[in-house]
Amino acid sequence: MLTAESLALIDREVAKYPADQARSAVMSALRIALEERRQTGTVPEERCLTTEVIEFVANYLGIPPVAAYEVATFYNMYDMKPVGKYKITVCTNLPCALRGGVDTANYISRKLGIGLGETTPDGKFTLLEGECMGACGDAPVLLLNNHSMCSFMTPEAIDKKLAELE
Amino acid sequence: MLEIEIDGKKLTVPQGSTVIEAAHSIGTYIPHFCYHKKLSIAANCRMCLVEVEKAPKPLPACATPVTDGMKVHTNSDMARNAQKGVMEFLLINHPLDCPICDQGGECQLQDLAVGYGNSASRYQEEKRVVVGKDMGPLISAAEMTRCIHCTRCVRFTEEIGGFQEIGMANRGEFSEILPFLGKTVNSEISGNVIDLCPVGALTSKPFRYSARPWELSRRKSVSPHDGLGSNLIVQVRTGQVMRVLPLENEAINECWLSDRDRFSYEGLNSEERLRVPMIKHGGVWHETDWQTALEYVVKGLNGVSADHGKDAIGVLASPYSTLEELYLVQKLARAFGVNNIDHRLRRSDFRGDEAQQGVQWLGSTILELVSAKSVLLVGSTQRKEQPLLAARLRQAVKKGTELNVLHYAADELLTRVNAGIVLPPQAWVAALGGVLKAVLGLKEGSTTTLDVSAIDVSEDAARIAASLVNAESAAIVLGNVAQHHPDFSQLLMLAQEIGRLTGARFGLTTEAGNSVGAELAGALPKRGPLGTTVTAGLNAREMLASPRKAYVLLNTEVEFDSYDSQQAVAAMKAAETVIALSAYKGQGLLDYADVLLPIAPFTETAGTFVSMEGRVQSFNGVVRPLGEARPAWKVLRVLGNMLGLSGFAYDSVEEIRGECLKAGTDVSANLSNTLSSMPVDFSVAATAGLIRAGEVPMYHADAICRRSPPLQLTAEAAAPRAYVHGSVLQQLGLEEGAAVVAVQGDSQVTLPVAVDNRLAAGVVRLACAHPTTVALGGLFDRIELKRGA
Ligand code: SF4
Ligand code: FES
Ligand code: FES
Repeated sequence: MLTAESLALIDREVAKYPADQARSAVMSALRIALEERRQTGTVPEERCLTTEVIEFVANYLGIPPVAAYEVATFYNMYDMKPVGKYKITVCTNLPCALRGGVDTANYISRKLGIGLGETTPDGKFTLLEGECMGACGDAPVLLLNNHSMCSFMTPEAIDKKLAELE
Repeated sequence: MLEIEIDGKKLTVPQGSTVIEAAHSIGTYIPHFCYHKKLSIAANCRMCLVEVEKAPKPLPACATPVTDGMKVHTNSDMARNAQKGVMEFLLINHPLDCPICDQGGECQLQDLAVGYGNSASRYQEEKRVVVGKDMGPLISAAEMTRCIHCTRCVRFTEEIGGFQEIGMANRGEFSEILPFLGKTVNSEISGNVIDLCPVGALTSKPFRYSARPWELSRRKSVSPHDGLGSNLIVQVRTGQVMRVLPLENEAINECWLSDRDRFSYEGLNSEERLRVPMIKHGGVWHETDWQTALEYVVKGLNGVSADHGKDAIGVLASPYSTLEELYLVQKLARAFGVNNIDHRLRRSDFRGDEAQQGVQWLGSTILELVSAKSVLLVGSTQRKEQPLLAARLRQAVKKGTELNVLHYAADELLTRVNAGIVLPPQAWVAALGGVLKAVLGLKEGSTTTLDVSAIDVSEDAARIAASLVNAESAAIVLGNVAQHHPDFSQLLMLAQEIGRLTGARFGLTTEAGNSVGAELAGALPKRGPLGTTVTAGLNAREMLASPRKAYVLLNTEVEFDSYDSQQAVAAMKAAETVIALSAYKGQGLLDYADVLLPIAPFTETAGTFVSMEGRVQSFNGVVRPLGEARPAWKVLRVLGNMLGLSGFAYDSVEEIRGECLKAGTDVSANLSNTLSSMPVDFSVAATAGLIRAGEVPMYHADAICRRSPPLQLTAEAAAPRAYVHGSVLQQLGLEEGAAVVAVQGDSQVTLPVAVDNRLAAGVVRLACAHPTTVALGGLFDRIELKRGA
């Protein structure tokens, strides 16, 4: 279900913990699985974690599937619902909100023609609202595909960013 | 020891106790939901907040260790305010509809809300709703909105059940308790989460909405389903058993019950219950009255004995019967002149009968067994035979016990196995001989009279030997499979030798709730009550192998309960008369019996079960017998009188018990697994073909659980398949799931084949005691698999 490369990455994580503590590697293993799906998926449904993938990861680590499911559903960054090629998470917590975070979210929303939590029909963009990313000083901020933080997202900056992603 | 003060009371408690434990030890109640003495501490409900002097804020009593000089107030303003606040939060999302909740009347949340909550809610906003979940046929999780997320159920499956089957998904307000998607909860002890759930989120599916707790009376009883003898609270209403709950007994079942103990009661009022005596005339069954039926029985027995002699009669009794019933049936048989009596229907090896010195038992108490530092399980499907013992051993392993196994499959025990030998049954004697040889090597100067010179010691045998030798206390236990094994006496002899050399205790985890009682009562061909000498008769196997003219069956369906069901049914069919005392009119009995006498199951009669640890537990009937059914001891008493035998004038079950156990004598003096010396044959019979591993499925073991609809709906009760190792499947050229014809003797059955790579090669795991496999032969005999049509 996962590629040999992903499994090798998971093995590396597992090796960091004592032999009978594979459970400790569940977060990394799920992250690696999700990353593979994001890279290889061609439609939103293929870019998120499914119960099959979670069960596979759990069995690979030798832990109960429901234990992996608990972790996968607890943390926001594990996508459990279909996502676009580019997942944009805008921070709308208070410090960001005071400096235009909500406007940023609304601007993107209008520009892409989708509401918060939605995906464009072409499966390219998903827009989400996020909690404080610990970068309040750079507000308004957004996170692209979990890994890349974009600061000072004024309308101009957003236009530029979206153009890059075309 | 630490000195502390709770609500002004001074007490000393051991280091490491928590405040809640200290308070409970002096009878001070602290409200709680998530805390449970058998589970890890989660401290997530916050109901147990108490005031501790010098602490700036209330502390959770369940998670606060006591310190010397601590002063705790459980009822101060601060504590009460905190508890009230927590209760208000808990009730925010909890439906306030107790009148339509199945838990109403026995709900911890309801009770504590009355005790610690406000009378009105200030909450005006929307409440959350959680969709119901499917946890299988035993547990209802239809109202998960009621869940307060104490995670007791989650911790139970993980910590006691051994495998986390329930989890808490999502976060915060969206948290939900669920099994993994598409899975049900399949643990053999899953029903305990119903007791654990402090609210009406997890309830008993079979019992739901059938009664209110305050309508039920609580009666004590003892489970007949395995050798443990779990203590039960049977709840009844208007003469009917409504449900079964555990009666806490730390020495036996703690506060748990296996699902079999808990849900078997649903079979008590089955359609198949025999309610009136029945006689078969010209192949047609007629209902009749007791007098006619008993006269018919007497005529039948006298007739057969006149025509063919007493030896033409055989008595087969079930170890699920009570001590008193078994005592009376053997007394009746022997007084009538019949010596063929046995309760060991699933046994195949009786070579140890002469060598046996006492009543075979566990060899220790349950507590001693689970505190042994090294345990060797020989031939046991532990989790299915004794689910709660398996759970207890799992806890023992967590505390450092080394668990070793000799079996034909590396079954998932949900715990760490120190060393395991997986071999087909015919290789077990040599394998255990290997352990013996390794022990001899480790124990300098030790000798044995058995000739172990030709045996190879495998690496695992050496590890098992080392584990037994090095442990400060060790135990060897022969499970049900070993007891049914054709070399049982040899395995027992070897266990004895290894025990002698290592100091390990050895014994059997007995099959039924009264297996030990059956031996004490003398329901054996060569031993009378309490081991008295008797004229030897035929054992169960012999009685069926060379058919008798008449059989008396006590509480048994031989087609499900015998080692070789094919042979047993043939013997029944060939007999002139088959007299069955039974609580059920199963199809088999209807086919081969000639008269059916309705007797009471354990819930409808007083009696005694002696558990595998030799614990004598008497109980009373909790409801009246159904229909015309009567307690078997009364039926046997009347039969004794009608046959003109003396000594059957009993007024009560206590009288019979007193006579059987020689009132006042110490039962334990009769318990002994010691065999006088017996030769052991270590050669492994060369078998080209396959050997059947005929296991008794957990929910088909006895007449009651066989008829419990909820148990029959579980995955465990699914129709048998022929399980083989992948390599065997390949040799046969079959695919998984294909229909396969299993042949034993001159009968065959067709069923699906399945792969289980934990099995030893050369073994076909194929359950007995199921209607689809009744046509087959011996549990551990040769079997042939052929491609199905
Ligand atoms: S279902 Fe019951 S036991 Fe499980 S977490 Fe919810 S309230 Fe607790
Ligand atoms: S509030 Fe937006 S990053 Fe902290
Ligand atoms: S009982 Fe202490 S926090 Fe739940």
